[in-house]
Amino acid sequence: MFEYAPAPESKDLVKFQDSYGHFIGGKFTKPSATYQTINPATEQDLAAISHGTAKDVDAAVKAARNAYEKTWSKLDGATRGKYLYRIARIIQERARELAVAETLNNGKPIKETRDVDIPLVASWFFYYAGWADKLDYAGLGPNPAAHGVAAQIVPWNFPLMMLAWKIAPALAAGNTVVLKPAETTPLTALLFAEICQQAELPDGVVNIVTGFGDTGAMLVDHKDVNKVAFTGSTDVGRLIAKQIAGTNKKATLELGGKAANIVFEDAALDQAVEGIVNGIFFNQGHVCCAGSRLLVQESVQDVLLKKLKRRMETIRLGDPMDKNTDIGAINSKAQLTKIEKLVKQGVKEGGERWAPNCPMPKNGFWFAPTLITGVSPANTVAREEIFGPVLSVMTFRTPAEAVAKANNSPYGLSAGIWTEKGSRILKLADQLNAGVVWANTYNQFDPASPFGGFKESGYGREGGRHGLLSYLKGAN
Amino acid sequence: MRLEVKKTYKLFIGGKFPRSESGRVYKVNDHKGEFLANVAKASRKDSRDAVVAARAAQSGWAGATAYNRGQILYRIAEMLEGRREQFVEEIRALTGKTDKQANLEVDQAIDSFVWHAGWTDKIESVAGNMNPVAGPFFNISTNQPTGVVAAFAPQDTALVGLVNTIAPAIVSGNTIVVVSSEQLPLPASTFAEVLETSDLPGGVVNILTGNAAELGSWLASHLDVNAIDLEGTSNAAELEMLAAENLKRVIRPGSYSRKSATGSLQHILDLMELKTVWHPKGH
Repeated sequence: MFEYAPAPESKDLVKFQDSYGHFIGGKFTKPSATYQTINPATEQDLAAISHGTAKDVDAAVKAARNAYEKTWSKLDGATRGKYLYRIARIIQERARELAVAETLNNGKPIKETRDVDIPLVASWFFYYAGWADKLDYAGLGPNPAAHGVAAQIVPWNFPLMMLAWKIAPALAAGNTVVLKPAETTPLTALLFAEICQQAELPDGVVNIVTGFGDTGAMLVDHKDVNKVAFTGSTDVGRLIAKQIAGTNKKATLELGGKAANIVFEDAALDQAVEGIVNGIFFNQGHVCCAGSRLLVQESVQDVLLKKLKRRMETIRLGDPMDKNTDIGAINSKAQLTKIEKLVKQGVKEGGERWAPNCPMPKNGFWFAPTLITGVSPANTVAREEIFGPVLSVMTFRTPAEAVAKANNSPYGLSAGIWTEKGSRILKLADQLNAGVVWANTYNQFDPASPFGGFKESGYGREGGRHGLLSYLKGAN
Repeated sequence: MRLEVKKTYKLFIGGKFPRSESGRVYKVNDHKGEFLANVAKASRKDSRDAVVAARAAQSGWAGATAYNRGQILYRIAEMLEGRREQFVEEIRALTGKTDKQANLEVDQAIDSFVWHAGWTDKIESVAGNMNPVAGPFFNISTNQPTGVVAAFAPQDTALVGLVNTIAPAIVSGNTIVVVSSEQLPLPASTFAEVLETSDLPGGVVNILTGNAAELGSWLASHLDVNAIDLEGTSNAAELEMLAAENLKRVIRPGSYSRKSATGSLQHILDLMELKTVWHPKGH
């Protein structure tokens, strides 16, 4: 393994305020009921964040309603689009600052925020900006109507990217929004509020209320909300589906996953190894579509695992601000505890645990990239979403067995296929119950490409024309 | 005088016509309140058997070519036309509609099947997509059936509502367990006979007669059901809560008209899943 000299990005590229209020009606409220948000790589405080109350939620929904009725729904699509283009440009201009902010608050490597998260945020706004004056072509007939006020709740794994996936199509379609970022990663959403001000977006079109799960539940429950969009765990998704039962609220739910990454004996194994590593260790495995179940054809198991282990020994874990880092910090103490518990359970049920020898920083939350081999489909680590850098390895003999094992999950978000045989890819892609299938690649995202799951991975799509439909009346 | 041979109205599960395993029946009266028939009253066990039959038939039906599904749906329209008089008679007896009105309802049911038959091989032209992603990738989105659909046909129509509940589900390759109108069930049983002679594989459509409120909770909470159409229910909010347990796709009552000779593409798409496949482009 090569030695790398430290190459840290500068923390000074971003200045957080000591404390933040909510962003309601174009202005920040006075901070109240605050808690500290930290850098999970150092456990140092970054800023005090307000814990949203029913009153805050109500004020935000009122601001969004007011902006919808008086301003946003009266603007023509071209003008709405221009605001979104402005936002896209400001994000590109402030990309370095946003990447640093995201890495500091989330713990993910700067390499990823710089090269994946923030570029996708900008591209999402740029893509949907162009839809705003073309809604007649969305497939719902002329003049499709917006829902009104959208309540949007995003997770901590891709904080600003998930915000972009939610806000860009909502605004393009003509809705106004109240967004709640995750409690551990609110800072880039608050910087985004500043960007809305810089773009001179009309007051109240975007409102950000920070807080915990209770704040989100109050937002979903608010009687003047027309549309709910949530990305997060299946357990919370279920609660939201129950909360809105019997109402007229529409929902888009992007929930958990337990994707099978299937490697056939004829695959280009070195490429497959890169795809496996990207599939499960990208973003510390905090990815709903992570390829967390490796299904390898029995005949190549030994050679593949040998290559995979050798590759895993070169993974650099450590300071997320270092430009060489591959795996950063686990986002929170709670998540680390959950990963540790599930891995222990996997070993208890007969799995064999392997991790490269990798030194851990003293402070912060860390988990080494880990393999669990000898896993059977009934084991906890083959069924439950771990949401960490942990890969469960199983084998198969025939394509039919691979499909049966891959589909043997209540989830259905994504899947991977590695083979040089084109007809096999096409057949498997038909048979896999997954909303996204990556063949000879993994973890690719694009604003033009719809994303979302089958079964208990949720419903509705984000991205592309289909993602736009989620924010227009007449489509589910 | 010759004594008329009356029909026993039974369930339709897995291509067969069983009585309810519970042995229960309920009385159905005509529009004047006179006794018309004893109809099988489906139980929890019947609904579960129907889901098993629907699941068993699903991959085969979804795997049939769109052309083949289209021809079978068109065949259903043909068989409906051939049975027109029987449906007219049953609709008139149950609802008191005039001959003209009853014929109109049968017209709509037939035409709706023709309308749906034509969609099987066109959904992707309209609702699928090649996506121009910013990288060297082939990227395509296609729609696939969600799986097993449980549905409650509208209570206020005898035939056209049932047809407009079944057709949008099966057109794409879903299989369905449908509970007919409780008070107007006779055409549902007769429609099962149409299906049975239309080359439709057994289990693709399963028809239960009985009480929607009783069967609702079993079907809404069934973990092997992927989507639920609550049109004919009176406790939709409660059932939507149960359906949330495994994140079923839900069609709320009143979402789509069920009394027309055409359906809705959006209704069809509500019972489908969009799948996006990526592959690198390169040498």
